Amino acid sequence: MKITGAQALIRSLEMEHVETIFGLPGGCILPAYDPLLDSPIRHVLVRHEQGAGHMAEGYAHVTGRPGVVLVTSGPAATNMVTPLMDAFMDSIPMVCITGQVGTSAIGTDAFQECDTVGITRSCTKHNELVMTAQDIPMAIRQAFHIATTGRPGPTLVDIPKDCLVNTMDWHWPTDEEVAESLPGYRPTIKGHPRMIKEAAKLILASERPVLYVGGGVLKARAAEAVRELAELTNIHVVTTLMARGAFPDDHALCLGMPGMHGNATAISAMQQSDLLINIGARFDDRITGKVSAFAPEAKVIHVDIDPAEQGKVRKPDVPIVGDAKYVTEEIIKAIKDLLQHGTTQADTGAWRSKISGWREQFPLSYEPSEPGEALKPQFCLEALRDSAPEGTILVSGVGQHQMWSSQYWTFNEPYTWVNSGGLGTMGFSVPAAIGAKVGRPDRTVWAIDGDGCFQMTAQELVTATVERIPIKVAILNNSYLGMVRQWQEMFYDERYSEVYLSPEVPNFVMWAEAMGCVGIRVDSPEEVQPAIDKANSINDRPVVIDFRVDAREKVFPMVPAGYGNDDMLLPEWQECNRGGLK
Amino acid sequence: MTNHHILSVLVQNRPGVLARVAGLFARRGFNIFSLAVAPAEDEGFSRITIVVDVENAPLEQIVKQLFKLIEVVKISELDPRRSVERELLLATVRTAADQRGQVVELTNIFEGKILAVGAEAITVSLDGHPDKLDDFEELLAGYGIVELQRTGRVALPKLDRDARLRAVSNKKTDNGKAG
Ligand SMILES: Cc1ncc(C[n+]2csc(CCOP(=O)(O)OP(=O)(O)O)c2C)c(N)n1
Ligand SMILES: [Mg+2]
Repeated sequence: MKITGAQALIRSLEMEHVETIFGLPGGCILPAYDPLLDSPIRHVLVRHEQGAGHMAEGYAHVTGRPGVVLVTSGPAATNMVTPLMDAFMDSIPMVCITGQVGTSAIGTDAFQECDTVGITRSCTKHNELVMTAQDIPMAIRQAFHIATTGRPGPTLVDIPKDCLVNTMDWHWPTDEEVAESLPGYRPTIKGHPRMIKEAAKLILASERPVLYVGGGVLKARAAEAVRELAELTNIHVVTTLMARGAFPDDHALCLGMPGMHGNATAISAMQQSDLLINIGARFDDRITGKVSAFAPEAKVIHVDIDPAEQGKVRKPDVPIVGDAKYVTEEIIKAIKDLLQHGTTQADTGAWRSKISGWREQFPLSYEPSEPGEALKPQFCLEALRDSAPEGTILVSGVGQHQMWSSQYWTFNEPYTWVNSGGLGTMGFSVPAAIGAKVGRPDRTVWAIDGDGCFQMTAQELVTATVERIPIKVAILNNSYLGMVRQWQEMFYDERYSEVYLSPEVPNFVMWAEAMGCVGIRVDSPEEVQPAIDKANSINDRPVVIDFRVDAREKVFPMVPAGYGNDDMLLPEWQECNRGGLK
Repeated sequence: MTNHHILSVLVQNRPGVLARVAGLFARRGFNIFSLAVAPAEDEGFSRITIVVDVENAPLEQIVKQLFKLIEVVKISELDPRRSVERELLLATVRTAADQRGQVVELTNIFEGKILAVGAEAITVSLDGHPDKLDDFEELLAGYGIVELQRTGRVALPKLDRDARLRAVSNKKTDNGKAG
């Protein structure tokens, strides 16, 4: 049957079970928007394409399904570069479809022509320029297949306008045809059995083991397996910024987040460990600090589906390329097998009591404000956390507020934490929260944002209002690009350069209301709870709370850039006990 | 070239593949020493021969990162001792009439070819192992090279048959001795 390329595109998306597309039309993609009218697929009309990209990411984070973006050529495609890169860094499955000028105009600098495939080559897992209508279904199938298998990531399909207009014979490629068309793409799922056995032996022999859990555990839906492994072996778990929620924070074995702004116990446990069991993490520099000083005595088991992560930063003793869920389950079996055949686990008692000591001595903490003093951002977060309905999803921007969110929230469930980890994209939270809410309309979604970040993408709240996506936004407004201010205070002799944002402009409450949201301003601790209660009670529109918080507050602990983790800076009141971390 | 490694990369023959490979090298800070691309035996595939100059550790990263490119089907690292390598050199050399004979003779010794002869210059070609080309180039330089172009290096693994043939010829000699 003959249909147009545009019809084939929409039908392909339906075949891929796409429920929602985030996008904004324009000249070259126009033909695709016509059959969209007749499709059950929901389209969320954004106010800026970057917003569409982050919405797709938020959606993918919480559902595990690929986020889909539909935009036009030229400036729309370039507006997608940031979210594509963001998704690439954080291994988020996303499929972006861009319009392109007609095939005969390609290369002529036509109106709104740009080399989309060239520009996005290094920020996608794969991209493709389609040259005939007939190729559209295969290109879409490949894009979804590649985005969602192996190490997930963003893919892009660039479609010239004439390919959307021309007719083609509808054919939906079979699995075999897709596999045949991609002879160089065969992700390894099953880890090597010998390596798995080796890992099991090392785990049982270790006296100071730590499970170092990364975002890959969430991507592979391996949280259950990791929990079983931890409980079977009684091994403590650290969850990286990308993995918060992959292991419950309220679990006795959970040590929380390591890294530059991790807690002292998680950092020290990794540093002093004799065995790091890395599942789905990548020894990011924000975790390792100075690599040569990182966990010097630890052997390393590294489970990662991406072979290129093995040995990229730290040479593993036992590299296992494979799916985190599959491999973790196999390791559990191998351990049980060894235990049944007489192997006993080394005594980890001394290590565990050392860790308990650290936890008691070095909890995350801040100095609460005295009456009449400025509001503390951590206090706001604690109040938000304690009033949050069960299953609330937290989405953050990038900066101090992000670190406090990760530190002070309690993540007890996977897929309840969404943030921009690898790229650190300011402006991520509002659109990502919208995408998360679209993916999980049954959940309360709180965006924790900075006053700086909010100003980058706030206009998407118009989208949220109009499309009836009632997210809640808490701005921890310190009138500063706070994270940069912190570095200038600590490492540039308090010489503040271009970090002060006006405390009066914009008026966030008015701005929120202009966008159809409820706006609330909070200046003092007493106003915190009533404002949160009010926000939690509103479910028919977005809410924005402008929390006026202490601009001088800093994030601690902190491992300064370029330093080893042993040199972490503790808050003043813990610094005197530093010896206890030995 | 101390740490020279030859990668023979079989890729799907699709638009943009070369840009992807080149982009990956640039992005990860790896250096390409030489590059040659042409269709492979099987239509639909191309073979890219890349010579890189690195320590072993980054080479492993290069290979792994390359392999992540969707169109890359196979990568073999060719050990220079166990592969045949070839390059082509074209050179135009300044030759006064009394020197032309010397350049022609040199080219003949190297089993090169004379491609064009002019009043004051001569263009020659030579294909062969890159080391041989280096020697030739050095000798030509003495006369004054006007223009020089060398291709990227191409390479294939030496046939296993080589080893077998050697074994066979050894046997022959042994027999000969015995006879
Ligand atoms: C797009 C982008 N530009 C610049 C930065 C560098 N940067 C990181 S955090 C930060 C400050 C963020 O300020 P704000 O949103 O107010 O958060 P705060 O740190 O004050 O909580 C900046 C400028 C970035 N991460 N992203
Ligand atoms: Mg701020």
